Amino acid sequence: MSQINSPAELEEFRQSILSKRDPDKHCITLCSGSACHASGSAEVIASIEEEIKKQGLGAEVDVRRTGCHGFCERGPIIVIHPEEICYFQIEPKDVPEIISQTIKEKKLIERLLYTDPGTNKKIIHESEIPFYKYQKRLVFGSNGSIDPKSIEDYLAIGGYAALAKVLSGMTSEQVLDEVKKSKLRGRGGGGFPAGSKWEGSRNAPEKIKYVIVNADEGDPGAYMDRALLEGNPHSILEGLTIGAYAIGSHEGYIYVRQEYPLAVENVHIAIKKAEEYGFLGKNILGSGFDFIVKVHRGAGAFVCGESTALMTALEGRAGEPRPKYIRSNIKGLWDRPSVLNNVETWANVPLIINKGADWFTQFGTEGSKGTKIFSLVGKITNTGLVEVPMGMPLRDIIYKIGGGIPGGKKFKAVQTGGPSGGCVPEELLDLQVGFDELTMAGSMMGSGGMIVMDEDTCMVDVSRYFIHFLTDESCGKCVPCREGLRQMLRILTNITEGKGKEGDIELLEELSETAREAALCALGKSAPNPFLSTLRYFRDEYEAHIREKRCPALSCKELIAFHIDPAKCQACMMCLKKCPAEAIVGGKNKIHVIDQEKCTKCGTCFEACPPRFGAVKKISGEPVPSPVPEEERIIIRKSKEK
Amino acid sequence: MSQILLQIDGKEVGAREGMTILEAAQSVGISIPTLCHHEKLEPYGACRICTVEVEVRGRTNLVASCIYPVEKSLVVRTRSEKVDRIRKMILELLLAHAPDAFELQDLAREYGADKNRFDKEASFCIHCGLCVRYCVEVRKKNAVGFVDRGTRREISFIPEIAAKECWNCKECFSLCPTSALQAAFVLTEALISPSSEPKSEE
Repeated sequence: MSQINSPAELEEFRQSILSKRDPDKHCITLCSGSACHASGSAEVIASIEEEIKKQGLGAEVDVRRTGCHGFCERGPIIVIHPEEICYFQIEPKDVPEIISQTIKEKKLIERLLYTDPGTNKKIIHESEIPFYKYQKRLVFGSNGSIDPKSIEDYLAIGGYAALAKVLSGMTSEQVLDEVKKSKLRGRGGGGFPAGSKWEGSRNAPEKIKYVIVNADEGDPGAYMDRALLEGNPHSILEGLTIGAYAIGSHEGYIYVRQEYPLAVENVHIAIKKAEEYGFLGKNILGSGFDFIVKVHRGAGAFVCGESTALMTALEGRAGEPRPKYIRSNIKGLWDRPSVLNNVETWANVPLIINKGADWFTQFGTEGSKGTKIFSLVGKITNTGLVEVPMGMPLRDIIYKIGGGIPGGKKFKAVQTGGPSGGCVPEELLDLQVGFDELTMAGSMMGSGGMIVMDEDTCMVDVSRYFIHFLTDESCGKCVPCREGLRQMLRILTNITEGKGKEGDIELLEELSETAREAALCALGKSAPNPFLSTLRYFRDEYEAHIREKRCPALSCKELIAFHIDPAKCQACMMCLKKCPAEAIVGGKNKIHVIDQEKCTKCGTCFEACPPRFGAVKKISGEPVPSPVPEEERIIIRKSKEK
Repeated sequence: MSQILLQIDGKEVGAREGMTILEAAQSVGISIPTLCHHEKLEPYGACRICTVEVEVRGRTNLVASCIYPVEKSLVVRTRSEKVDRIRKMILELLLAHAPDAFELQDLAREYGADKNRFDKEASFCIHCGLCVRYCVEVRKKNAVGFVDRGTRREISFIPEIAAKECWNCKECFSLCPTSALQAAFVLTEALISPSSEPKSEE
């Protein structure tokens, strides 16, 4: 491939790609993102390719490995084009049937289709499945249709048109103005207006400037940036290059986690291809504009997602935050103006340029424009990545898209914003998602983690879990974070173990104030959030743990006990046989009793007891009833009474 | 250099551009407590004991005075109820590690800090980084550094460098506010020169 030297040549080349593609030809796309890969998509695609060859369809069917489709709960997912037939949870053994039935005979395979849990009807097309139907997939939508390793796939869907538009007809001021007008806010956590950040760097006197992609996604359960990098790396490169043009930078960095091998691989391929085609390097598209991108792999520190720590790490030093009284867009990497934006923020840029700020601002709320990708995980029926317009109520995300809480359980809270975010309770479910809305509710947007919790979740334990995470991930430089979190974790652990005492809540509040007001970086300042937001909405749970030594969610091991109700026990031996600690005494026709000394509270008996008996009880905050005397344990069954 | 006028504890102070609040305060005899600060070293901003209240454009914020650059018309309060409360908490957190350090005890008296508020975990080091930074910035030897992160962070001499450089220097010793450094050094000394170890019985 020779370089593309002008926007006109790019269009010509795009047309030549499209002319070679027959829209009516069968194409099987298969999700090959990390999540589906873990569910066996590599084996599935191998058998698809083999089967196509075997059935002699090589010339009639294309196979494409795409990025993440989002519905990870049901992976591996395949979509058969042009009909857009969507099959879920495919295993290699399903493949011969798919090829012979659906491809050859044009027949649907019912069992592989999605069943609507409400109506029990089968749904054929992706766009009709509730999980997808209510989404607005502007940024994430192309993920499922292109091969991330193929630049031609990206060009076929209009890739690099925004870059061509910028380089051929817009001044850098115009680009900046468009981004400012779009009111795009940073998708990585802070929600800072991207345009203002760019403008600061642009106006800074220093000549050498940098643009950086923050792909150090580290929130537990969040993987939207990974999916974008793996599935559509060129969109990020295109956005980054446009940003570089707007601020006058000629060097960019992608700081990506080492733990994302597929993302690293696909980004490297994308950069190489973009250089080959002339979208990166010298004199891009004949415009005279030069720009190069380098990849830096992070070594696994959560704190390096913080902008100053990331830049320190990029400079080759230990990733510790530095004081930020002068913003990094003025004095950042190597003390030069540096625009750092998150993966998703950069991926929004080509859209804004292509379709205009006016188009972009029609989505969202007053303060938050466009869409946001959330990673919907936890106690939710449809686990996966969802992209919704800003302003969608949490309730719609959780129930309409997420399909509600599995197992007939009750919703309790949704944790947003990563470890330093907060928990939003049921009474605020109608809250519209947006930067300011979530902050006002005591949580935050963060990078888009959304962990759903049901009634079995103990909120004190949730707070302990996140504080533990942050204690591990603190860099350890400043006292309020390093020492404050150490003590907070100790107190919270005590509370969940029934060793809480009066005054603990107040001490935690005081430690929170010190961290919030005096910590060095954003990680430390927001570290008390998991505690503060759970205290705000679930104070009663803290008090029950401390005062009554009771865990209302029946979750904290040290505070619960298992007990068999003698009136309900049918002496079926199920729990007795399954107890791994051999803590259950009893026998045939003899009521079972749990030896509290031996019990490890693993909950196996609770699961094992047939629901029609429901004899095993979980209790907390009350003494375990004393076992029935030995002589009263015999069950005399009526049928055998004669 | 242009003169910047700001107000510290109600007093008009003229400062040079690029000065920190701490330096401006010290120049007029207003004292702000510090633990990780040293005039020969780059500002570090880790102990946060020098936290002060500043008012910028009507908003009150807490900032570390050892790194915050002076601004025109800045209003600084070096003591306030909140500032004192935070300093007290920082001292209590540090006293759990170094209950006998004189510098901490003096400050504890000033701010009413209780050295028994948190369970003792006597590691002695309070991670001020004076030894580490002095060795890097002034001596340029890198013989002592931080290892690990978060609550597991500690200082450690690098035996290969320490064996060569430290015998005739030991300038960092007097900087240590809690004498943790000596302990670490003695340990390393033992490790790098087995001849100084007591001979095991043969």
